[in-house]
Amino acid sequence: MFAHFDIKQLIFGRLSLEAIPYHEPILVATFAVVALAGIALLGAVTWFGKWDYLWREWFTTIDHKRIGIMYVILAIVMLLRGFADALMMLVQKALSVGASEGYLPPHHYDQIFTAHGTIMIFFMAMPFVTGMMNYIMPLQIGARDVAFPFLNNFSFWMTVGGATLTMLSLFVGEFSRATWLAYAPLSGAAYSPGVGVDYYIWGLQVAGVGTTLSGINLIATVIKMRAPGMTLMKMPVFCWTTLASNALIVTIFPVLTATLALLALDRYVGTHFFTNDFGGNSMLYMNLIWIWGHPEVYVLVLPAFGIYSEVVSTFCSKRLFGYTSMVYATAVIALVSWLVWLHHFFTMGAGPNVNSFFGIASMIIAIPTGAKVFNWLFTMYRGRIRFEGPFIWVMGFIPTFVIGGLTGVLLAVPPADFVVHNSLFLVAHFHNVIIGGVVFGLLAGVQYWFPKAFGYKLDPFWGKVSFWCWLSGFWTVFLPLYVLGLMGVTRRTQHFDDPSVQPYLTIAAIGVCVIMVGILTFVLQLIVSYFRREQLRDFTGDPWGGRTLEWSTSSPPPPYNFAFTPVVHDLDAWWDMKRRGYERPLGGFRPIHMPKNTGAGVVLAGLSTVLGFALIWYIWWLAALSFAGLIAAAITHTFNYNRDFYISAEDVVRLENQRTAQLAAGA
Amino acid sequence: MSCGSKIRERRNSRQGLDRMHEMTAPPGATAPVFFEQEQHAQAEGGTLIGFWLYLMSDCLLFAVLFACYGVLGRNYAAGPSGADLFDLKLVAVNTALLLLSSITYGFAMLEMSKDRLRMTLGWLAITGLFGAGFLAIELYEFSDFIHEGATPQRSAFLSSFFTLVGTHGLHVTFGIVWLVTLMVQVRQFGLIADNQRRLMCLSMFWHFLDVVWIGVFTFVYLMGAMR
Repeated sequence: MFAHFDIKQLIFGRLSLEAIPYHEPILVATFAVVALAGIALLGAVTWFGKWDYLWREWFTTIDHKRIGIMYVILAIVMLLRGFADALMMLVQKALSVGASEGYLPPHHYDQIFTAHGTIMIFFMAMPFVTGMMNYIMPLQIGARDVAFPFLNNFSFWMTVGGATLTMLSLFVGEFSRATWLAYAPLSGAAYSPGVGVDYYIWGLQVAGVGTTLSGINLIATVIKMRAPGMTLMKMPVFCWTTLASNALIVTIFPVLTATLALLALDRYVGTHFFTNDFGGNSMLYMNLIWIWGHPEVYVLVLPAFGIYSEVVSTFCSKRLFGYTSMVYATAVIALVSWLVWLHHFFTMGAGPNVNSFFGIASMIIAIPTGAKVFNWLFTMYRGRIRFEGPFIWVMGFIPTFVIGGLTGVLLAVPPADFVVHNSLFLVAHFHNVIIGGVVFGLLAGVQYWFPKAFGYKLDPFWGKVSFWCWLSGFWTVFLPLYVLGLMGVTRRTQHFDDPSVQPYLTIAAIGVCVIMVGILTFVLQLIVSYFRREQLRDFTGDPWGGRTLEWSTSSPPPPYNFAFTPVVHDLDAWWDMKRRGYERPLGGFRPIHMPKNTGAGVVLAGLSTVLGFALIWYIWWLAALSFAGLIAAAITHTFNYNRDFYISAEDVVRLENQRTAQLAAGA
Repeated sequence: MSCGSKIRERRNSRQGLDRMHEMTAPPGATAPVFFEQEQHAQAEGGTLIGFWLYLMSDCLLFAVLFACYGVLGRNYAAGPSGADLFDLKLVAVNTALLLLSSITYGFAMLEMSKDRLRMTLGWLAITGLFGAGFLAIELYEFSDFIHEGATPQRSAFLSSFFTLVGTHGLHVTFGIVWLVTLMVQVRQFGLIADNQRRLMCLSMFWHFLDVVWIGVFTFVYLMGAMR
């Protein structure tokens, strides 16, 4: 009997049937829905015989545009998951006051807020931002692809692998309860013995490799692959913010990787980095994780700033006001963001001098950010503003983000922070800047660049409905949270004894339902637009009167982006081309050198995911096997020297003739 | 684009809202070249700059481990300290092996630039042997410590010591695996441009590990033995 048990452990590690949460009705229902939807989706793909197409054209693609689209799809799926968590949390808070305990037990609630934060940052915002940068930046600099197309595909699949592990924790085992940054020593083996934190660690490690590599890739692309004539100071602002954001990624993600590796060593090997005994230091963990965590916020928001800049200048039909100051503001924000991490734990007790330094540094960030806001406003001043789909998001963003920024400056004052830290005020502040700044920007970007990616505009009516629900829902949720925070209500609370907080929590719960309508109408907008695509069709490739190079090619762009590499003379290159009588070339096409598709990225990322799963469940044989497989697959991949091909001149002619016909049809 | 907005754009420019950028010819002048006919090769230095960026990110990973060692390096928890454990003579031999391996890699690169395949492979093999020798001594040192009871679990000092030095050793291990792979590829496909680029990347990686080791040697071993 004993020997039998040992063998089971050898094969399955600590994985057993008890890991399946069949006794939790919420999870069983969720699983049923997910399983049905999954079966329906897979069945539909099989029924229509699309597997081959998906594999050849999408999964193995090295085209930056398709990879960008896949990133955004991943982000939208994860948005739904992360939002479901938010909905559950706020409903629980509204119900669980006084005698009522609500419907979520404390440990389940802990998992939900941990999952919400982890998913929203790592698997919603990050893929969304990366997808935008991936799709748009190479087009804006007049390049045919990124610097390392295979690496790009690999990075994407690593992100998917991390997301898969995180989602798997819902149905196999449990997720971390140790907050979205897994604060030590709570996340150590002594206080979190289960698999939750291990899911967190390996999910992020797998995705983190992808993010770091994609950061390197995009920097190399900006530096090396700009079209002739496009000096750095003639780059569109979005490319600048992409550069700054990726510079941050490359400098901070190694810190995250190392920190999580040390936490993993503490948990798996029994070392003493962040433990309470044998000389470990848990405040070291706080410092390290926030050295990653603070710049991460700017990784997300800088590209969003870039999107706002593009949208503002296009929809005001004006050159962006203060381009140079915009560039410097971006650079200063990126630089200073490295120097402010300690404001996340002023209460650590580092002393007044240290706190003053970090407090002042945090306030300084408001200066370049304020300069940006004024630049956007001055761009609108005397511009011919068109209140179309993308632009209304900017109008929602500016007041929302400014208020979020102001509460941030308030929190940057250490004495004030001592009063409101760890309260719902803080929660309201960072949602204020991340939703008002990042999410609004990304949604503006979707509205703005959707016609470029798919050849038809998004339905304006549902876009407006979605926007107003998002904006009003956002304020309905977070204004009460600001008030509650000032009243001293702490974050991560599952139950409230004081009935006087219930009205505020109820308003917040109503607000989250309004946001839900905003998300659903956004999805509805995508569906409606697909069915109305013939009415919404754009043949010109330039539906908004754009200014940057991505609008100079067809929508969607051909695989090679530009038949001839553009030559840039001015900032807003496409505007300049239109203004000075650019004639689209109709002949003289040549074969175009392009990289080949490869399945290596899927294989490597798949093996990494299996490795992560095996490590989470202590299935050592599988871990060893998948690790060996990973090395072998990587080495095998390097023996493939035949990685590119030529798109024949005939194909280029065919695609360019299609474009000519489209332009004629649109005219 | 409508005619109206064109006029408006010009008017805005004339009002000097953004005179800074009005360096280009006015509308109506002969259109300049807006695209190039020649097919450009993909950016040549792309791989090297990408690899540099990777090395810098790896460098930050080591920076974290050094920082941890800086914070935890004296937390002996009543266990052994560096002065008790380190055998500087052994470490000196180890350091010499690694530094020599960098020199021999340099010789391999010189032979590569002269397009001498066999000599290149020979120097690469010597480099790999030096690397393997380095690893062997490191493993001997580790097992020695563990036998004395100075395990990574003993104290925060030892946790950070083993992790920092071990991570470097792990990098050397990967470097050797990569080196062997490349030797096979060079033998199979010759010193073609792709392989030269790969050898260049590994060269940077190998020298980078040397630089990191100098940091480890100084801050961990020398300063640790002095305490």
